[in-house]
Amino acid sequence: MSNRHPPVGDFATDFDHTDPAWVADPYPIWDDLRQRCPVAHSDRYGGAWLPVTHDLVSQVAYDHEHFTSRSVVVSEQRPGPDDLPAPIGLSPPITSDPPYHSIVRRMLLPAFTPKPIAALEPFTRELCRDLLAATDGRTSFDAAVEYAQHIPVRVIVRFLGFRQEDADMFRSIIRLVLEEVDLPADEREERFAEVDTYMNAQIEDHIAHPRDDLTSFLIEAEIDGRKLPVEQVRGTMILLMIAGIDTTWSSIGASLWHLAQHPEDRRRLATEPALMDTAVEELLRAYAPVTMARLVAKDFDFHGHPFKEGDWLLLPFPAANRDPAAFENPGLVQLDRARNRHAAFGLGRHRCLGSNLARMELRVALEEWLARYPDFELAHPAAVTWSAGQVRGPRTLPLTIHRNGR
Amino acid sequence: MTHASYRVHVDPDTCQGHNRCYSVSPDLFELDDLGMSSEVGTGLVRAGMARLARLAVANCPEHAISLTELTEAELTEAAEVQS
Repeated sequence: MSNRHPPVGDFATDFDHTDPAWVADPYPIWDDLRQRCPVAHSDRYGGAWLPVTHDLVSQVAYDHEHFTSRSVVVSEQRPGPDDLPAPIGLSPPITSDPPYHSIVRRMLLPAFTPKPIAALEPFTRELCRDLLAATDGRTSFDAAVEYAQHIPVRVIVRFLGFRQEDADMFRSIIRLVLEEVDLPADEREERFAEVDTYMNAQIEDHIAHPRDDLTSFLIEAEIDGRKLPVEQVRGTMILLMIAGIDTTWSSIGASLWHLAQHPEDRRRLATEPALMDTAVEELLRAYAPVTMARLVAKDFDFHGHPFKEGDWLLLPFPAANRDPAAFENPGLVQLDRARNRHAAFGLGRHRCLGSNLARMELRVALEEWLARYPDFELAHPAAVTWSAGQVRGPRTLPLTIHRNGR
Repeated sequence: MTHASYRVHVDPDTCQGHNRCYSVSPDLFELDDLGMSSEVGTGLVRAGMARLARLAVANCPEHAISLTELTEAELTEAAEVQS
């Protein structure tokens, strides 16, 4: 984790989502801010806001007049004059605003409904089994590094139709894009250029050799009878890659982290398969990995706070999911929670396009893990490390495996 | 009891395709090509299905689903359609 910023004193007036305290355990920070603010401010990143209640997070998510999605990752760099302007943005449709957003989203949605996602399940299950088979005979290993992180990257690589060998390279690119947000702007630009180069080569190859995958789907896709410009195809591919990997890796890792510390939940989930659907939703609620962001589109007063055009706003769905005004006992993980309107996949028009994919991966990853390793615990609780930035999940998760019960 | 006593409805303008209702009950909800949900048929909820309909309501992040008790007249009409 990087430490390029000075430590935070008071999160209400100086928050930073890369601060070690936030990275280690953000929940008490959000609980405290919910009591005191509930909209925090920071001069960092050129000015940023942070609402922490479910109600305020919803208000922002539904408000496309005062907020733009033109950039959704808070960094030192705001979109520049050379970037694609609103309403398209760099990576449509996540960086697009209505009404253009709806047009692009409609084009993509059919590829992410339960039916095409179900077609990826056998590959995902086999992948999980292979990864677990590779740990055979070991009583201790890192579940984040050796299991969770490989699953979403290889599934999205297959979905996009890239070579499985490129999976490792993707992971390093994504770390740069999502986690190292406090790098100087020119360094980040250099790294983005590497991604463009790789994607351009993939697009050329798919134009020359069309096949049945998401990349060819995007190349062939039409809006108003016209194919998409190549930079939009590339932007959308980058989005699907970035959005689909660290997020689900985080979710699988955080769920295993929870189960490692809760023997009763572990036993219930391993012995009551019918519990899996609500359990997946509850783990998504409690450990929602993704905090989104918006830019303020125009000056206005937001509940007494002077929002200025161009200010960042962090949109912490994980904090909304822990709001006692919206969830009973929000800090408690209840695998059979019956009422669970969690916002792990966002709210409103930008609801995560890949939510069915993420759910399938999380469910299959847990099913296969528990089938092989029903009993396990943290090897060194202090050795667990968490990602910094807007996607939260364990990046080091050493577990001890207990065989044949204990 | 075989008569429907509730009607479930998905507001198409509010649904964002989370698919939580479909996951709760594919008998009560169906998805279009874009993954947007709507009630199956006229949304009549058979007596044994009321629990699932309530669960779907309680798990829709967008509050897009409504469950209304049928009036006497609607009940009679529904019974006639079913018989």
